[in-house]
Amino acid sequence: MQNADREINKEKISVAEMAKQILEQGRADRLMGWKRGEFFYDNSPAVFENLSELDDFVYDLFCGSNLSKFLVKESRKDGKIAVLLKPCDRYSFNQLVKEHRIIKDNVLPVEIDCDGMLDIDKIRALGIKGIKKITVDGDQLQIDTVYGPKTCAREDVLLMKCLTCKDRVGGDRFELVKEIEAMSSVERYEFWRSELSKCIRCNACRNVCPACTCEKCVFDNDKSGIANKANTDSFEESLYHMIRAFHVAGRCTDCGECTRVCPQNIPLHLINRKIIKDLNEFYGEYQAGEDDFSKGPLTRFDLDDVEPDIVMERGGNK
Amino acid sequence: MQRIGVFVCWCGTNIAATVDIDTVVEAMKYEPGVVHASDYQYMCSEAGQSKIKQAIKEHNLTGIVVCACSPRMHETTFRKAAKAAGLNQYMVEIANIREHCAWIHKDRKEATEKAVVLARTAVAKLNLNTPLTPGESSVVKRALVIGGGIAGIQSALDIAEAGYEVDIVEKQPTIGGKMAQLDKTFPTLDCAACILTPKMVDAASHENINLYTYSEVDSVGGFVGNFNVKIRKKARSVKADICSGCGICTEKCPSRKAENEFNLGLNKRGAIYIPFAQAIPNVPVIDRDQCIKFKTGKCGLCAKVCPADAIDFSQQDEIVEKQYGAVVLATGFNPIKLDNFDEFGYSQSKDVITSLELERIMNAAGPTGGKLLRPSDNGHPHTMVFVQCVGSRDTTGCGKTYCSKICCMYTAKHAMLIREKYPDVDVHVFYIDVRTPGKNFDEFYRRAAEDYGVNYIKGMVGKVAPTNGKLLVQGSDLIADRQLVIEADMVVLATAIEPDQTAKSLATMLTASIDTNNFFTEAHPKLRPVESPTAGVFLSGVCQGPKDIPETVAQASAAAVKVIGLLSKDKLMCNPCVANSNELLCNGCSNCQHVCPYGAIDYVEKEFRAGGKTSLRRVAQVNEAICQGCGACTVVCPSGAMDLKGFTNQQIMAEVDAICR
Repeated sequence: MQNADREINKEKISVAEMAKQILEQGRADRLMGWKRGEFFYDNSPAVFENLSELDDFVYDLFCGSNLSKFLVKESRKDGKIAVLLKPCDRYSFNQLVKEHRIIKDNVLPVEIDCDGMLDIDKIRALGIKGIKKITVDGDQLQIDTVYGPKTCAREDVLLMKCLTCKDRVGGDRFELVKEIEAMSSVERYEFWRSELSKCIRCNACRNVCPACTCEKCVFDNDKSGIANKANTDSFEESLYHMIRAFHVAGRCTDCGECTRVCPQNIPLHLINRKIIKDLNEFYGEYQAGEDDFSKGPLTRFDLDDVEPDIVMERGGNK
Repeated sequence: MQRIGVFVCWCGTNIAATVDIDTVVEAMKYEPGVVHASDYQYMCSEAGQSKIKQAIKEHNLTGIVVCACSPRMHETTFRKAAKAAGLNQYMVEIANIREHCAWIHKDRKEATEKAVVLARTAVAKLNLNTPLTPGESSVVKRALVIGGGIAGIQSALDIAEAGYEVDIVEKQPTIGGKMAQLDKTFPTLDCAACILTPKMVDAASHENINLYTYSEVDSVGGFVGNFNVKIRKKARSVKADICSGCGICTEKCPSRKAENEFNLGLNKRGAIYIPFAQAIPNVPVIDRDQCIKFKTGKCGLCAKVCPADAIDFSQQDEIVEKQYGAVVLATGFNPIKLDNFDEFGYSQSKDVITSLELERIMNAAGPTGGKLLRPSDNGHPHTMVFVQCVGSRDTTGCGKTYCSKICCMYTAKHAMLIREKYPDVDVHVFYIDVRTPGKNFDEFYRRAAEDYGVNYIKGMVGKVAPTNGKLLVQGSDLIADRQLVIEADMVVLATAIEPDQTAKSLATMLTASIDTNNFFTEAHPKLRPVESPTAGVFLSGVCQGPKDIPETVAQASAAAVKVIGLLSKDKLMCNPCVANSNELLCNGCSNCQHVCPYGAIDYVEKEFRAGGKTSLRRVAQVNEAICQGCGACTVVCPSGAMDLKGFTNQQIMAEVDAICR
């Protein structure tokens, strides 16, 4: 990961203190971070323009959202904006800088630490209800509920994207992809049909995706003829998701936001991961957003690139 | 709404025998936009064309679909006909119902169904066509020939004779190529050097020819008429303009360890060397990997003895950037490596040699002064075995599947020359088939077999075992149906030839196609054999496929004629099917710029006004003179801002929809 002209928290002060100092010292005119929501687990991205607004600032176990995408608009406004970037968010940031979507000169990127963010739905799924407060106790969570104290393992309730965090070693992020690859084409079709037919076309995945920043999305452009392709039959949403996966192919950093925001819990990241896995196999390991200058595998040509007969070598259309 | 006419061609029985023409015509009448549909036996004939012209006028057509052969055959014909009748020539679509349908199907029902689908696909596209106007581009009146063997020399000489400037780029220190290494040439047995060197001298002294020897093509940009080429002149470490070619340096050089490439490693050369006596230019080159001065910093003897003070150890590679209207590829061939054919003992015995090595041994300027000597002990051989098709016509995957074409003839030549000069040597030739099509070729082979007593054995050699200073050759005689063991002194392998390895990278630079064997592909195997599918790139010699010297020279001249035809034009019509960017949709992400093989896309900051606000955005702009319409940008553009005129995203989607309907 490239660290040039970035703020790094050397003194290990709290993130809130860092945010305060940045605005106080005038290192940026605005700061992008997270604001306390109605409940303690629904923090949301926010721009802070002065110190008093920082009263609502929060950085805790529920700041999973990736702030990079907001900079497409924010970096085009006057003045400089500081942005807090968790390790995983930096990849999206780099990728957007590379594609000239974020105007780098107007942004002060601030790298912050993260030990993994929690998924409130996973905690509730353990039967823990009436949650009032959560504190970290080593690899356990102490949960204060209206029904008394509860505990659970931290690892069990991390966000999906935190389980295969790029900054942690171990774990095979392609494990599920491999399982799906091993299915027959009929099984695979059925798997995706059952998953994708849950889609309610709320567009949350697209709206949150840091790779989806087009001036005008093809799905919103009547003239492109693509929107109606995704609306032609009862299984319409499958095309929506496949088209989207191909549009972000080679640029998706695997930030996992699509799956995090999906209200229907569709494992959308698996489609992107399948493409990432294929790209890795065809063109060598590549992590989109690793830096903000290199050409991606689909926008580069090398003499030893795979030939189309790789399809046959891999067993064709099983 | 368009007013479309559909014209279905029978192509005699080529199409009509497999496709039910009436069904296609009838089906087209009900397609959206179609106001006229008819058929004719030969649409491309004068009568067929006038039917089209008549229908355009009579039905006031805005576009036509011709269901016929591949657009590569007659698209131009029909475009001209449409233009003559007052239509824009880009309002013509071809549905290829011959190559893509009639020729590949046997079942009439299936073929007819497919022809209908192909026709309606073309109609669906044509409904979205808009008239296009081609622009013009200039032609740089200079040609580049890559490769300075006999093919490149001949092409260059012919182009230069027509009055155009030609540059030859040759990676070796001298021009001449493989032919310079040969001893005699079949079927007339004249000495290769005697007929080649005058041409080399002609090329070097021609006022229109400029030689870049010891040079390579670094990169190619641009397009037909305007190629922009960077040539790397590798550092010779000798100032070519001062050097008199006296050769004292090459004699005095104390380093004698380098293998002499010109003699295929059969002897050694100095670190500073001139490949052969008639080399052009007659300027030595320092092999920096071998030179003691470069390795240890001490020596510099060549600089001390040079009377012209031409040695320059500090010389650097030089990049020359030049423009060309046309490029001729003449990159030639090499014998394959024999690693996969260890059964012939090439790596185990010095006395197992390749045919090209034998050429050097037989050559008066070669390592043995032209005497046939066994490489292992310089003894006189008494029994020689030639093995043909080593690596050629090989379906095991170890060699090449194709016939190398020249081996039968040069093996007959070798056998004949040896029997002529050394009648005491027994010569056996193992062959699969002897292939001798060519003027005076079969007579030549029969002379070897009948008059010179060469023992031709139909069968393949299974193993060559070096034993007690001899080579035990085990083979089968298929005609006598028996196994043979011949105790030979030397074995000569007629090694398959393959394109030079530079072909692949050049193909990429020039976007010229190569086949699975890395031979350059011609635009049409029969009708356009010396043109590459990429406009302005022509093929000369073995880089296109195995061939002998007369064929190579003929093809070289043919390629030259094509180049001359191109360079004689002052303006070229540009393809109007180029990319254009919808700036309102453009994200400014640069993906299109990254994938554009022609460097046709630039980005600019531009002001946009929307909702009363002015914003500055980075947007792509296409240089239409450079764009070749490949469409790579349209595919990579995430927002669909890039589109290709004549092949818009919408048109392609309409085609897919028509197929899936």
